[in-house]
Amino acid sequence: MKLPYKWIKEYVDVNVDPKTYAHKMTMSGSKVEGYECLGDVFSNVVMGRVEEIKQHPAADRLVVCQVNVGKEENIQICTAATNLKTGDYIPVAMHGAKLPGGISIKKTKMRGEESNGMFCSIAELGVTLNDFPNAIEDGILVFDEPTNLGEDVKPYMGLDEIIFEFEITPNRPDCLSAIGLAKETAATFGLPFKGHEPEIKETEGDINDYISVKIESDLCARYTGALVKDVKIEPSPMWMRQRLRDCGIRPINNIVDITNYVMLEYGQPMHAFDYSCITDKEIVVRTAKPGEQIETLDGNMRDLPENALVIADKVRAIGVAGVMGGANSEITENTKMIAFEAGNFNGVSVRNTSRKLGMRTEASGRFEKGLDAEKTMPAIKRALELVEMLGAGKVVGGLTDVYPNPKQQRVLPVEYDKINALIGIELSNEEIDKYLNMVECFVENGMAKIPFYRDDIERTADLAEEVARLYGYDMIPSTINAGETTQGGYTDAQKFEKNIKTLSMGLGYSEMMTLSFIGEKVFDKLHLAENDAKRIATVIMNPLGEDQKLMRTTSVHSALEIVARNYNFNAPMVKLFEIAKTYSPKLDENGKADMSVLPDEYKILTMANYGAGDFFAIKGAVEALFKALSIKNFTFEPCKDNVMYHPGRTAVIMTGDKVFGTIGQIHPVVAKEYGIDTEVYMAEIDTAVMFQLHEGEKVYKALPKFPAATRDLALLVNEDVPVIHLENAIREVGGKMLEDVKLFDVFRHEKLGEGKKSVAFSLTLRNSDHTITDEEVDKVIRKALINLEKKCGAALRS
Amino acid sequence: MKEQLTSILEKTLNDIKAAESFEALDSIRVNVLGKKGELTAILKQMGKLDPEMRPVIGALANEVRQTLETALEEAKAVMTEKATTAKLVREAIDVTMPGTAPVIGKKHPTSIVLDEICDIFTGIGFTIADGPEVELDYYNFEALNIPKGHPARDEQDTFYISDNIVLRTQTSPMQIRTMENKKPPIRILAPGRVFRSDALDATHSPVFHQIEGLVVAKGITMGDLKGTLELFAKRLYDEDTKVRFRPHHFPFTEPSAEMDVQCFKCGGKGCSLCKGEGYIEILGCGMVHPKVLEVCGIDPDEYTGFAFGMGLERLVMRKYKIDDIRLLSENDVRFLNQF
Repeated sequence: MKLPYKWIKEYVDVNVDPKTYAHKMTMSGSKVEGYECLGDVFSNVVMGRVEEIKQHPAADRLVVCQVNVGKEENIQICTAATNLKTGDYIPVAMHGAKLPGGISIKKTKMRGEESNGMFCSIAELGVTLNDFPNAIEDGILVFDEPTNLGEDVKPYMGLDEIIFEFEITPNRPDCLSAIGLAKETAATFGLPFKGHEPEIKETEGDINDYISVKIESDLCARYTGALVKDVKIEPSPMWMRQRLRDCGIRPINNIVDITNYVMLEYGQPMHAFDYSCITDKEIVVRTAKPGEQIETLDGNMRDLPENALVIADKVRAIGVAGVMGGANSEITENTKMIAFEAGNFNGVSVRNTSRKLGMRTEASGRFEKGLDAEKTMPAIKRALELVEMLGAGKVVGGLTDVYPNPKQQRVLPVEYDKINALIGIELSNEEIDKYLNMVECFVENGMAKIPFYRDDIERTADLAEEVARLYGYDMIPSTINAGETTQGGYTDAQKFEKNIKTLSMGLGYSEMMTLSFIGEKVFDKLHLAENDAKRIATVIMNPLGEDQKLMRTTSVHSALEIVARNYNFNAPMVKLFEIAKTYSPKLDENGKADMSVLPDEYKILTMANYGAGDFFAIKGAVEALFKALSIKNFTFEPCKDNVMYHPGRTAVIMTGDKVFGTIGQIHPVVAKEYGIDTEVYMAEIDTAVMFQLHEGEKVYKALPKFPAATRDLALLVNEDVPVIHLENAIREVGGKMLEDVKLFDVFRHEKLGEGKKSVAFSLTLRNSDHTITDEEVDKVIRKALINLEKKCGAALRS
Repeated sequence: MKEQLTSILEKTLNDIKAAESFEALDSIRVNVLGKKGELTAILKQMGKLDPEMRPVIGALANEVRQTLETALEEAKAVMTEKATTAKLVREAIDVTMPGTAPVIGKKHPTSIVLDEICDIFTGIGFTIADGPEVELDYYNFEALNIPKGHPARDEQDTFYISDNIVLRTQTSPMQIRTMENKKPPIRILAPGRVFRSDALDATHSPVFHQIEGLVVAKGITMGDLKGTLELFAKRLYDEDTKVRFRPHHFPFTEPSAEMDVQCFKCGGKGCSLCKGEGYIEILGCGMVHPKVLEVCGIDPDEYTGFAFGMGLERLVMRKYKIDDIRLLSENDVRFLNQF
């Protein structure tokens, strides 16, 4: 909300510099986002009158003027301007004047004639034709009315104004007005508010002879109307246009400007209809009919949404209530009689209508916050007062005021102790009363009468806020940790997650943070089949774009995008990780996403690298991570059917028969889709399962008392037998004495035969009772060999 | 015999002195002191001596043996030392060459600041709470005193999944989820991802992080709110940090405030960074609205509380003077490696 300082000063005698004003208002709750001193753009430009104009003796295009600038002697100024005549009142930039654009004016000589200043055009003063519609664009600005010579021109140009920009919170629509902010100013500075009662001096006729009003929807709490006849449409006076401009509203004509002026002053949006366009002298406030259309003032034909509140006459809608008037009843140059409207329309309804129509106006922005129905009457009276003041027409006697359920004033008990306790201060009852009275919550016998315009004050907490902000938030003593103490800290799961991050970094992976959205095209890019479950995603109804329409069901895309970005910047090696969520909708009985319930969210650890080794490098990292986190009971199994991954270089990580992770090389074709021409490795692991599988409590095991024996086994086996199967075959029959099985060599050679490989394990055996004997070792080895033969077709290599 | 012994002693001592290797010393030892050595040969002839001479010669022979053994040991020791020195000289390296360091990953700057904030609050009795990012409209709005049609909904451009499901626009739903499941005293901090339909540009991201705080107990005052958040600001920045609390409005707190910190750049005088205000807003806060307590089944006459919420990315950007929020989600390793 932009508001000029002078308008506030009309209602309260505040007299501090703008910086102090801004600070104090901010600290009492009306945040000033900034202020602008309009006149700062130039200095030392005074009012002058042209007394004499003579041709320059040495230049055809110049004239020499004698100018009265309120001093004993006239000054001489040369100019090339052609629109001047003797007696014109004009702005004179004196010697030493500063103009917009860093121009300074100095005494000079023009072709031998002294020139002691400069006449200014509107452009030279940094204003436009919009501000001075009567000025000549490329000539000197000539003032319409005589003024005091020698005075600063700024007041005459409306440029001695300071405009504050307030941030008004949605609970205070009353502050979207000069009066509202003036009341806040009065409360903030402890000054009286000087109210103004609008007066209409003369009326003619009776409104009831001209119009009737009917409300057919409870979305309209009140409709107040007035009529003005013998209207003369013309521009409004300079002061009014200036005020509108200062507040960011374009002046149009006297009637429309009055409605806007009153809206800015009282916070009550108004509208003016051309009376001649109201069919059958009747205004009906109703909801739109199915399929009903209206052309709004901006010239657009619009389909009225269902339940939109409209202002209509007998036959058609003539305005969208609280949003915009209709073109069919617009004020034009030929308008002779007008109907003013000050209505009170339901905020939620106006908000929905304006959203559906895609039009937010000054009026709708105010209505949707919920306005005070008591406001319509003073606002419409003010509008009529201004009509008289501007001589814009003759006011018809009386008002139409339909107000089916007049508001009841809210009265709240002042709970002094509670207010003090909530804020943490100890004010006396009198002090609390004083602060409440300052915001017109007048207290009598411990009961506060809440002003109509403060619908936001509903209970003690609201009264406490009024007291606290006027007392000063900065005055409240700071205390710490009152109330019962609590034990703070992280849960085991949170600590576990922190450990994953720390360890991942220790393994050389840097943390990334990616966005959560993907588009449908991503699934094609990842080569997912049409029926892949990952394609079933949570869909955003109002996405920013097609590529941000879905909540990701996999972290692979986000990670690949980041990898690709770094690859494009020629990073030689990239190791990144993230713990972030993927989202999977719950499915209905047809296997479709059920958007009526929350999706499942999985916190996934994603690790991605390139240029940092092969499959076994990332697998080693994951194994090291699992070991450090004491994760037990998991296996890696070959995985050939995940289309995002290389069919021969990918494993799933399982516990029992549940898959909780995938690790492998991204399919080269998929990598290529992202523009990556190198081997990318990735791991995606569900951290919740990791947490379940980790061994929390540790119990010490006695260190071995007797030495261990080691035995190496080189096994000849078919190429397609996974090493893990061999290892499992050994472990299955190893018994208590088999302490460890370690792969130490895989060897292929033509001597071994086609499709064969040699796999060598080192076995560690120990007996906890005594030094293990050769016989005991041999027995275990024999059993292992039998099982290897049986399960894997493996034989001891001779 | 005596002469023989003396001459062996002298000759051998000279040989030892002249020896240049461990092998030479060893052969001297074998040749003189070994089973077939010269000294041993002499001793073997002892039997032929006069009985009274035997002890004299015996003693002399022992003395010679001991002297030689000592000389051999000393010579060995000297040689060992020389060899060691020579080896060390040979092994010398250029220690100014770079080390072969293992790569250690970096923490994302957003995480660094988040962890710092979590540590500050866990240190003063807060626990960390976590909840869904796709959230019911009820938790994100309704229960927070933002009914349908409330203008505050306009301020938070919301992504909708369905009429009753949204991407949470704030971490505040964690207030409700916590109060529904936990009896006071409550002190929680709930960091997490939030979503608003702002297109990605230098200052906006549709996905960012907020940190929500909630305290509910008997006798909590606005003074406690101020004290706690002042302490937080001092810990996050430094002891001299100045903050101010300004009245504001949030539907789920009453009274409400915004906390500003004095501008780091100008120290409060007003500059381009703080847009001339001297202060920069960092968080919103207030006393938990009695309606919100009631919705969660907590009696506002018995308990009071305060809540606060802040945007993490803005704190991160300010701390590291990052001028483009996109850097945080682009994850360029040249960027990440700087932290």
